[in-house]
Amino acid sequence: MTLQRKGPSIDFVHGRVDLTHGGGGRAMAQLVEELFVAAFDNDMLRQRNDQASFTVEAGRMVMTTDGYVISPMFFPGGDIGSLAVHGTVNDVAMAGAVPIALSASFILEEGLLLADLQRIVRSMAEASREAGVPIVTGDTKVVEKGKGDGVFISTTGIGRVPVGLDISGDKARPGDVILISGTMGDHGVAVMSQRESLGFETTLLSDSAALHGLVAAMVAAVPSIHCLRDPTRGGLATTLNELATQSGVGMMIREDAIPVRAEVRGACELLGLDPLYVANEGKLIAIVPAEEAERLLAVMRAHPLGADAAIIGRVVADDHHFVQMETSFGGNRVVDWLAGEQLPRIC
Amino acid sequence: MCLALPARVTALLPDDMAVVALGGVSKEISLALVDDVAEGDYVIVHVGYALSKIDPDEAAKTLALFAEMSTAPE
Amino acid sequence: MKYIDEFRDGQLARHIAASIVAEASPARGYALMEFCGGHTHAISRYGIEDLLPANVRMIHGPGCPVCVLPIGRVDNAISIAQQPGVILCTYGDLLRVPGSKRLSLLKAKAAGADVRMVYSAGDSLTIARDNPDRQVVFFAIGFETTTPPTALVIKQARALGLTNFSVFCNHVLTPAAITNILESPEVRELGTVPLDGFIGPAHVSTVIGSQPYEYFAEEYQKPVVIAGFEPLDVLQAILMLVRQLNEGRFEVENEFSRAVTRDGNRKAQAVVAEVFELRRVFEWRGLGMVPYSALCIKEAFADWDAERRFAVETVSVPDIKACECGTILRGLKKPVDCRLFGTVCTPESPMGSCMVSAEGACAAYWTYGRFRQSSQTPTKASS
Repeated sequence: MTLQRKGPSIDFVHGRVDLTHGGGGRAMAQLVEELFVAAFDNDMLRQRNDQASFTVEAGRMVMTTDGYVISPMFFPGGDIGSLAVHGTVNDVAMAGAVPIALSASFILEEGLLLADLQRIVRSMAEASREAGVPIVTGDTKVVEKGKGDGVFISTTGIGRVPVGLDISGDKARPGDVILISGTMGDHGVAVMSQRESLGFETTLLSDSAALHGLVAAMVAAVPSIHCLRDPTRGGLATTLNELATQSGVGMMIREDAIPVRAEVRGACELLGLDPLYVANEGKLIAIVPAEEAERLLAVMRAHPLGADAAIIGRVVADDHHFVQMETSFGGNRVVDWLAGEQLPRIC
Repeated sequence: MCLALPARVTALLPDDMAVVALGGVSKEISLALVDDVAEGDYVIVHVGYALSKIDPDEAAKTLALFAEMSTAPE
Repeated sequence: MKYIDEFRDGQLARHIAASIVAEASPARGYALMEFCGGHTHAISRYGIEDLLPANVRMIHGPGCPVCVLPIGRVDNAISIAQQPGVILCTYGDLLRVPGSKRLSLLKAKAAGADVRMVYSAGDSLTIARDNPDRQVVFFAIGFETTTPPTALVIKQARALGLTNFSVFCNHVLTPAAITNILESPEVRELGTVPLDGFIGPAHVSTVIGSQPYEYFAEEYQKPVVIAGFEPLDVLQAILMLVRQLNEGRFEVENEFSRAVTRDGNRKAQAVVAEVFELRRVFEWRGLGMVPYSALCIKEAFADWDAERRFAVETVSVPDIKACECGTILRGLKKPVDCRLFGTVCTPESPMGSCMVSAEGACAAYWTYGRFRQSSQTPTKASS
């Protein structure tokens, strides 16, 4: 059935989000149709129901959800849209699961430029297509100016865990080897470079990427992987501490083994930050029985997203669950949890 | 109380400003507190201001001193 | 990174450390104070104390301007930020420092105050120019390294004729703090300073030069070695101090010769002298009232002085009774000697100045050193 009355096309060049776009009426339907459905386009969306319906193969399912509030919305190497796809796909993948589908919920601030929204949505669509994970259902709401930072996106993802995998944060055991898939700190520094108050320039790009392809290769070769996790907010240090606590173990890593780009080092020196605590959005940590470590490393390095993969340390027995690091200086220090947010300092 | 870094001056700008580079990252800083800075010089930067120039001869001497000290019996 | 990486070479470090072990006389102890917070951080981060013999002890001095900022001044900054129309600009270090009633600038921001983090004093000036209808206040702290930039910014504000910009000045002076340590009550009691020598601050010295330390060396007969910021600089300086003490010398030596001269940065000193003058007395958290130790803005620049503009009255707020920061800052006690350390007082809930900033003795010890106190070292598997 065709629409009885068609209003003027949405002005994506000069237009802005206003309260009618969230009102549930024609303006909203038009926005959904001309922007979201057009960009994400797939069979389930074309059904135009409030829910997506599909059949899944029997098995263990995973579901995850995440909110994306990043500011600035656009940064070198990505934007809030592509991040919203990658981040949630990755959370599914960290269970070893194959992602099936995503939902996307948008909270738009009145006054947001439609050109920006279109750019974000198209970026999400491209990320979704590249990853092969469709966005099958969604929602849009609009809040008054001043009550939202441009746009907030929430994505939920589901996936299916292949038989034979048991990957969980509490499975690390003394003697296991710790690997990471590449350089640390790229995303955080790329985003910080956009913050005017810090005013530094770099050619560095965010590493935002969907990791499920890499994970699929890894679990196919080494199904006995114990833990997988992506070191996002709080960086490598925080995530290792999480895993250590969850598994009731300690860790011993080597500073020299951790790959960090020169630009990340430079930016961190300049601002007084530690790369170990800076966010990553396209990297993962893998903890695996020692005898499989070399093989896993080879598999990771063979994949484009794991080219700089490295073995960085070992899991040890430790009642205090400390993550310790052998410094490049030869000393030993504890790599603690992040206390609050890492802020640039003068001291 | 001294988060200050040695950085290389890559370009001089008007109004006593300059661009410095540190490990591939560049930043605009002020030269208002130092004199006679040229491109290629290294300066110590603190909260966006150059505080002093690094003397390459003295730096080399200091490194040599470390190496000299390091031949002490172990 | 040039001038950084070469000064962090682990192998050279071990060699210098070996020299220290060889030359430190087993017949005596060496109590050395590193004054500068940046040195405290380097010592902790690189585990330098691990490389020293047991009779060479590092004492962490009060060279952290965040740590020594009294609670009352934090309260003042929060009150200013809470005034309608004010934008308070601050360095990142200060955002989480708790004032009275467990409030901080960060919490005040969450409650609606317009508090903005800046990397540089110049950024606050830019904010003032971009917001002509708001009162912009820059919360200035720091030792002599950070003072010249503040002076420049006040001069620029005058040149631009800005009426919506002012500075809340909390700049403090290194030599005064050193004097205070050397003249502490314990000294009068014991008749001696429990300190043998000083590692002089790196970047403060690029501004003030090595000359101001000559007074201490002579008057108190304690050697001073000005050290660069990198771990090799610190180790070298320790070796130089050990040598002076062994030879009975008490001179000012400059290890950081690549950036420090005897006169320092005259241009920066001049700009500071133009804008600031000495306060007769100023409270330092943990040290009490210290005479001629801090700066305030001169009458000529009164229009850019936030203390005058906002009629700031500072109330002295004491630390809680069991807090040992005062004795820790003077080198008489260690963090673990304080009953509150690690129990009530942690980096997440700092009770006193030593825990408040990453450079504070207690914070540095907590972050890098406390695992050494644990009953067992975990099994070290080679990787």
